[in-house]
Amino acid sequence: MFSSLLDGLGIAGTSPEMLALFVGFGLVVGVLFGFFGMGGSFLVTPALLMLDYPAPVAVGSGMAFVFGTAVIATLKHHDLGQVDYKLGVIMITGTTIGIEVGRASVYYLESLGLAGGVISVAYVVLLGGVGAMVTRDALKGDGGGGVDHEAADKDLSEYEIPEIAKTIQRTVRIPPMVTLRGDVRVSAWVITTVAFATGLLSGFLGVGGGFIRMPAMIYAIGVPVPVAVGTDLFEIVFSGGLGSYLYGQGGGVNLGIVAPLLFGSALGARVGSAATAVVDADGIKIYFGGMLLIGSVAVGIGEIGSFLGNSTLELLGLVLVIGAAVVVAFAILYTTVASLRQTRRQATAAVD
Amino acid sequence: MAGLEIPAWDPETALLIGAILLEAIVLYVGYGGLERLFGPYLMRLLIGGEASVQ
Repeated sequence: MFSSLLDGLGIAGTSPEMLALFVGFGLVVGVLFGFFGMGGSFLVTPALLMLDYPAPVAVGSGMAFVFGTAVIATLKHHDLGQVDYKLGVIMITGTTIGIEVGRASVYYLESLGLAGGVISVAYVVLLGGVGAMVTRDALKGDGGGGVDHEAADKDLSEYEIPEIAKTIQRTVRIPPMVTLRGDVRVSAWVITTVAFATGLLSGFLGVGGGFIRMPAMIYAIGVPVPVAVGTDLFEIVFSGGLGSYLYGQGGGVNLGIVAPLLFGSALGARVGSAATAVVDADGIKIYFGGMLLIGSVAVGIGEIGSFLGNSTLELLGLVLVIGAAVVVAFAILYTTVASLRQTRRQATAAVD
Repeated sequence: MAGLEIPAWDPETALLIGAILLEAIVLYVGYGGLERLFGPYLMRLLIGGEASVQ
C-alpha cells in the first residue's frame, strides 16, 4: 500500500543518485532565493528539461517547488505583517486565469511536439533579459532587481510611489477602485491585468513570476516594497498551489523531484537569508546577473544539443546551468564566512 | 488546443499537493528548531572562538 502510494507520487521512481542531486541543487537554489529573494525557480525547470523530463513534468514540478518555497517564505513574512490580503485576493483571480491559459498552452504545444523547444527559447529570452537587466543595474551601482531585504524593514511611510504608478492611478480610474495598504488607491482592473500577465508567465514556464510581479506591483500598482514582497509570496502560495494541482491532474508533478528539492532549498533559504545580514547584496548582484546570463546561454546550448541529437552539448548545457548556480551560491557562503571572521578579528582587536 | 479547465476534485492530486504543503510546514518548523539548537555551535565552528555575530 505504502510503496504503491510512493510509486504513484513518483518518489519510488527516483534513484538515490537523483535524490541526492535534487537535494544538493535545492540547497544551491535555496541559498540564491534566500539571499536575492528571487531567481530560484528560474533554474529548476530548465535543469529538469535538460535532464530529459517531459515539458509538463519539468514545468509542473518546477511550479510545485515554487509553491512549497512560497509557503515557507509566506509563513515568515506573515509574522512580519508584510502581507496585503485584499490585494492578494484580487490578484488571485487574474493570476488563476493566466496560469490556466499558460498551462493549456504548454499541453497544446506538447501535443504538437514543440513544448520543450518553445519553453527553452522563452527561458533563453527571459534569463538573458533579466540577467542583462540585473548586471546593468549592478554595474551602475543602484542595486538592480530582486528583493531588497533591508528595504523590507523600513516603515511604509518612507516609500514614495513611483511616478509611473502615480500616472496609472490618475489615468486608469475604471471602477471598482480599491484602497490598498500605504493609502494606495487603484483600479481593480489594473491589479487584475498585472495578475493575469504574471499568471500567464507562471503557467507557461513554471516560475513563481515574482521577478515580474514584484516590479509590476511597485511600478504599475504603486505598492510599497515590503507589502509587494509579502503579498507576492502570499499570492504565489495560491497561484502555485492551483497551478501545481492542475499540472498534478495531468501527471505533471513528480514528488520524487519536488520533495528533495524542497528539502534542500528550505535549508539553503535560511542560510541565504541569514547571509543578507552579513554581506552587501549589491556586491554580489553582478554575479547573480552573470549567472542568469550563463543560464540563458546554457539553455540555448542544451536546446541546440537536443536539436542536433548531440548529448555532449546537452550535458554541457546542464553543467553550465548547475555550475553557474553553484559558483554564485559558494561565492555568497564564502563571502559570508569571510565577513564574519573579519568582524570577529576586528572585535577581538578592539578588545585587545 | 487543450481547453481551459475548471479544476475537478481529484483525491490523488489533492494528496500530492497536500504532501508538498505538509513538507513545507514541517521543514519551516523543523529547520527553525534545528537553527535554534545548533546555530550557535555552527557559528563557532565556522568563524572560530566565541561568535557574537548573529
